Amino acid sequence: MWIGFSLLMPDCFSLSFLKDLHWCGVCMSVAPPHPHTNTDSFQEELVVRPLHSGDIYASFQFRTVWEADFSRGNKVSHYQLFPKSLGQVISKFSVRELHISFTQGYWRTMQWGQPFLPSPPGAELWVWFQDSVTDVDGTWKELTNVLSGIFCASLNFIDSTNTVQPSAAFKPLGVGNVTDHRFLRYATLPREIVCTENLTPWKKLLPCGSKAGLAVLLKSEKLFHSSFHSQAVHIRPICQDQRCKSTSLELRQTLNAVFDLHTSGQAKREWSLFKMFSRTLTEACPLASSSKIYIDITDNSQGEQFELSPASSLLSQAVVLGDRRTFSVYDLTDQATFGSTRSLNLLIRDMLRPLLHAERYVAGYGLQTGEIHTVMYNHHPYRSFPVLLLDSVPWYLRLYIHTLTVTSKGKENKPSYIHYQPSKDRLRPHLLEMLVQLPPNSATEVTVEFERALLKWTEYTPDPNHGFYVGSSVISSLVPSTVATNTSITQEQPLFSSFFPCKEELSYFVRVYTEPLLVNLPTPDFSMPYNVICLTCTVVAVGYGSLYNLLTRSFQIEEPSPGLAKRIANVIRRMRGVPPL
Amino acid sequence: MLAILLTDSAGQFFSSGHTNNWAVLVCTSRFWFNYRHVANTLSVYRSVKRLGIPDSHIVLMLADDMACNHRNPKPATVFSHKNMELNVYGDDVEVDYRGYEVTVENFLRVLTGRLPPSTPRSKRLLSDDRSNILIYLTGHGGNGFLKFQDSEEISNVELADAFEQMWQKRRYNELLFIIDTCQGASMYERFYSPNLMALASSQVGEDSLSHQPDLAIGVHLMDRYTFYLLEFLEDIHPASKTNMNDLFKVCPKSQCVSTPGHRTDLFLRDPGSVLITDFFGSVRKIEITMETINLTDPIKQMEENSGNDVQTENNTYVDQLPVSEIIHQKPKQRDWHPPDGFILGLWTLILLVFFKTYGVKHLKHVF
Repeated sequence: MWIGFSLLMPDCFSLSFLKDLHWCGVCMSVAPPHPHTNTDSFQEELVVRPLHSGDIYASFQFRTVWEADFSRGNKVSHYQLFPKSLGQVISKFSVRELHISFTQGYWRTMQWGQPFLPSPPGAELWVWFQDSVTDVDGTWKELTNVLSGIFCASLNFIDSTNTVQPSAAFKPLGVGNVTDHRFLRYATLPREIVCTENLTPWKKLLPCGSKAGLAVLLKSEKLFHSSFHSQAVHIRPICQDQRCKSTSLELRQTLNAVFDLHTSGQAKREWSLFKMFSRTLTEACPLASSSKIYIDITDNSQGEQFELSPASSLLSQAVVLGDRRTFSVYDLTDQATFGSTRSLNLLIRDMLRPLLHAERYVAGYGLQTGEIHTVMYNHHPYRSFPVLLLDSVPWYLRLYIHTLTVTSKGKENKPSYIHYQPSKDRLRPHLLEMLVQLPPNSATEVTVEFERALLKWTEYTPDPNHGFYVGSSVISSLVPSTVATNTSITQEQPLFSSFFPCKEELSYFVRVYTEPLLVNLPTPDFSMPYNVICLTCTVVAVGYGSLYNLLTRSFQIEEPSPGLAKRIANVIRRMRGVPPL
Repeated sequence: MLAILLTDSAGQFFSSGHTNNWAVLVCTSRFWFNYRHVANTLSVYRSVKRLGIPDSHIVLMLADDMACNHRNPKPATVFSHKNMELNVYGDDVEVDYRGYEVTVENFLRVLTGRLPPSTPRSKRLLSDDRSNILIYLTGHGGNGFLKFQDSEEISNVELADAFEQMWQKRRYNELLFIIDTCQGASMYERFYSPNLMALASSQVGEDSLSHQPDLAIGVHLMDRYTFYLLEFLEDIHPASKTNMNDLFKVCPKSQCVSTPGHRTDLFLRDPGSVLITDFFGSVRKIEITMETINLTDPIKQMEENSGNDVQTENNTYVDQLPVSEIIHQKPKQRDWHPPDGFILGLWTLILLVFFKTYGVKHLKHVF
């Protein structure tokens, strides 16, 4: 079965000479690094992976590495490629690591495999602060307000009722030795909508904006007409080199999108950059030190079914998510890449079945009680591995932890670590963290009963019958892999395989998010106050009013007014001096 | 966009008296069938941006998301004309207040400037006494009130008082208020501050009607008044000299079915001398000069004492799931709090009852 994918790029041979000059001009205008200023570098890459179901997965990663050190409170005033708005946020709020993501849609692990960078539906923000911060909660509140202005999102709704402080999950992804969880805050807004107004400021953070390079492809009309769309910003300190004597600050902006076969692809398995993004590439970002496109061609090892257009002689192998995959690489900084258009055909075969996936749902009936079930599947045939489950449930679902059960294969499975922080009404959500060992080839079910609380009538949203959202559970785990992963992080590795640091060679770290839940709380009838006022006023007016009138009204006899003839006659009689009729 | 004027018409140069422009555009309706209110607001946003007011000077409040709504057959678009001719949402839009943030309280706080200190700049109306502000409201309204998100309302008295607060705090030079709701003229009846001009799409007792539905999207796309207002504004460019009297003629009764109204008695200038671009555009006046200005010397960067900053120890990445560490994690030391009132009261009661029943002589046996 032939499935087509074509990479359309315009014919730019005639302009290539001028383009070289233009690039030289740009190089000249960028001043050589001043010994006192901080140097930064920018890389961009796009990975395209055809999925088993016929959909196509595109992942953009833009990385700016900046040799600045904010940890000692150094004031920085010269910004080059690193965006100034984020640099000021980091220095003002003493942020060590910041991870924020905006996602629309839910990632279907069983159909699409594992994503390179997972994210839950809605908005998610987790931050590690420096140890010099004294009031973490106050700084967290200010930080969320500032970020809501930068990203045009309602992050100011993040407050103590949906922020938790995990004790074991969300370890820092950057270098550093401090792991005191008092400086970690995690919050998620499952209701947050993602649209062009979030993409616009995100694009403006890139050095080339959306004018040159891979960001040219990011047009909102096609991007939001997809099954899954997620944009994220990750800031963390990384090692500058192998020996790791000094650190630099890394900013990664990632955008993942999955285009559906039927809505975007018109049910034909032929994909091209133009079909996915309605744009083609003409040049790399002049400020980028590397600009590459990786097409996943693992399922075409023999090479006879391929019609790669334009064909690239560069092949690269990388171990990502426990699987060794082969990629065809297009280097956009190389002028020879932009040739005449050709078309590319791919054949999709079975991909590696994901070893860990999870789902969550609400059971029960009525508006009083219910049960939350979280099911985690381990598809490895003979190995078991531990997972850390983090659940943050809002206070208005009162969990009964004495009903918490964890069962695998019909038997009870006792977790080796439980951390539970109960909620306080209107102050704090529930936090439940458990370390569970998943037996091989099994489904583990975590069940807990809850009761729904009645909110005060001012606390309901304007559309309460829609329901209230409960954020996704986070399942972090070290999954055993068949292929040895590279434990050293170097600058030459492709970006998509070097995000999560790994210490062991035989396992890789993965984070899986479940669906968010939508629960109905008992909702009052909001038109009742108006109805009550009308009814009461009517009763008062009719009942009391009539009684009052009867009691206080005095009656007078009144002659009916005479007719016209009689009135004229009375006038004449008065004139005559005779008494009236 | 710039309008360059010759220096000999300096009188006309400074006739309007404003130096910057702001716009506050509010859509107060939620739910998919109120698509037209979001389209109304976005079409005014589009015109205002096209005529030069930057995003930093526009406070855009949309109570619901129509573009990425799951019911929208064309995501990331909001159309104003049927057959999907004009996408007013565009590719470069910044919404400052969205969803549940659009409340009466936030709207009044934006107008009066009384926002919490941590509010970002993009959500503030940082106008001064030389600012011309355009305020556009749309949604469902009635005689004397405007409904916000079907759960609360703002009355015309509150709005008039907010404008008076703005006047007292010198937060505007001139203000143009446009409202497109049913019985919209009732909202400007109570204004009493100077330099306010108001336009409404219908009189008291009349309903503002919507323009046309689009069968593919399934809802009405625009309201009539704003539809014709958009058509009028599409002909305006930054250098045009159209004045307010033309704006009052937009959408006569034959097109709008309702009677648009306006109020200019509080406005000091004659409406015929007020340009449309005084409110809808950001016309910057520049003066060309031939003089040279000496710049100061560049500030030298301080020498970094790099000697102290070299870290001698190797940094490492943290283990993402250290299972043994987690299992042997000591529980956090909870601070000891003295028992709270209820427990103390309960124990006091128990002791009192005991000693009342059995007498104090038992005390020595207990202790």
